[in-house]
Amino acid sequence: MTDQVEPDDAGRPIGRRIVLGTIAAGLAGLFVAPTLQEKWSDLLGAASQRDPTGLSGLLPNPGGFRYFSVAGSVPEKDASTYKLTIDGLVAKPTSYTLPQLTELPQSRVTHDVVCTDGWQVDQVPFVGVRLSELLDAAGVQPDAKAVRFTCFDGVYSESLTMEQARRPDVLVAVQMLDQPIPHISGGPVRLFVGPMYFYKSAKWLSGITVTDEVVPGYWEKYGYPVDGWLPGEEPAGA
Amino acid sequence: MHESVRRFSRAERLVHQTTLALMVVCLTTAAAIYFGPIAAAIGRRHVVATVHEWSGILLPAPFLLGLLSRALRLDVRRLNRFTRTDGRWLLGVVRRIPHHHEVSGKFNAGQKVFAAWLAGAIVVMVVTGLLLWFKFSLSGVPRAGVIAVHDILAFAIAVALAGHAYKALTSISR
Repeated sequence: MTDQVEPDDAGRPIGRRIVLGTIAAGLAGLFVAPTLQEKWSDLLGAASQRDPTGLSGLLPNPGGFRYFSVAGSVPEKDASTYKLTIDGLVAKPTSYTLPQLTELPQSRVTHDVVCTDGWQVDQVPFVGVRLSELLDAAGVQPDAKAVRFTCFDGVYSESLTMEQARRPDVLVAVQMLDQPIPHISGGPVRLFVGPMYFYKSAKWLSGITVTDEVVPGYWEKYGYPVDGWLPGEEPAGA
Repeated sequence: MHESVRRFSRAERLVHQTTLALMVVCLTTAAAIYFGPIAAAIGRRHVVATVHEWSGILLPAPFLLGLLSRALRLDVRRLNRFTRTDGRWLLGVVRRIPHHHEVSGKFNAGQKVFAAWLAGAIVVMVVTGLLLWFKFSLSGVPRAGVIAVHDILAFAIAVALAGHAYKALTSISR
C-alpha cells in the first residue's frame, strides 16, 4: 500500500525522541537497577529451587551471584552423602565427611567475589577450614608443588600452586553469608580463594590432590590464567 | 491488479540483511553465554564470548554505513515523523480497534515506534556491553546496574524482534 494519507514531512519528530528517551531510560536504569535487582534475584533464587521445569533459569537474574555450571546437571550432596578426599603426594591420604569438616577449627575470610564475566558481590563472608590446615594434617611430601581440585559435578577442576594453597585466605568453605552453602552456590563444600577471580573458587569440591606440578583446571584449558589474581591482589614478586 | 512494489533500495536491503545476520549471531552467542544448559552443550565459552562481543559492537555499523544511501536517509526521516494519523493508529492499538489501514506514508506508527526504540536500545546495549567488555571502573556507575540493564534490555530486544519477525512473516503487504 502506497496511498499517502499525509506527506512524509508532516508530523513531529517523535521518533528521535523515542531514540533519546530509550537511551536516557537505559542510562537511568544503570543507577536504579541495583536497588531493584536484589529482590528480583532473591525471588528467582527461591523460585528456581522448587521449579522442576528449570524454566525460571530462562529469566534474567541480574546482580548477586549467578548460577553457572559447566555440567548439565549436578547431583545434590548433604551431610550424609558428602565426602572430601585428600590424596596424591601426601603421607596420609584421608577423607572427610561434612560433620568432620565442620568440627575442625573454622576460619573466616571476607572478600569481594568477582567473576570474570563482570558481576561482583562485595564483601562476602566465607567460613571453613583453611586449606593449609588440611594439607598439614595429610602431610605434604617434599616434592609436592601444587594442588589440584576436583568436583562432584564430574567436570570442573581447578588448581593452585602450593604457595598459593597455603595462604590464610584460601578456605575449604562450608558457610557462605553465614549460612550453610546451598547447592546452587556450590554447597555443601566449595573452595574459596579470596584474592583470585571466582572461577578459582571451585564449587561442589570433592577432591584435593597434591601434585608435583600445576595441572591446569577446566577454564585454564580455555585460556584463563592459572594465577587468577584479582587486580591489585598479586603478591609482591608474583 | 496488485503490482509488487519495491519498498526498499538495494542498499537498504543490504543494511537490513547484515544487521539481521549480526543480530542473530549476537543473540545466539548471548544465549550460549547466559543459559547454563546451552553453555554446557556448546562449551568453548571463550570463543563464544569473543564472537558475542564483536557481533555486538559491529551491530550499528551497517546502519551507519547505510546513511551514505539517500534512500535510507529518506526512510529514516519518514520513520522519525509522527503524524496525527499515527496517533490514531497507536490509540487504536491501545483500544484494540483495528486501525491498521490508516497509515501515514510508507510506515505505520508501530513500525516507527519499533525502529526508534530498537535504535535507542542498541545504543544502550553497545555502551553497557563495552563497559562490561573492558571492565571500565567508572566511578559512580554501579557495575551491577550495567549488568542489569544489559541483561534486561537483551530480553526486551529478543521479545521485540520476535514480534517484528512475526509481523514481517505474516504480513501480506511486503
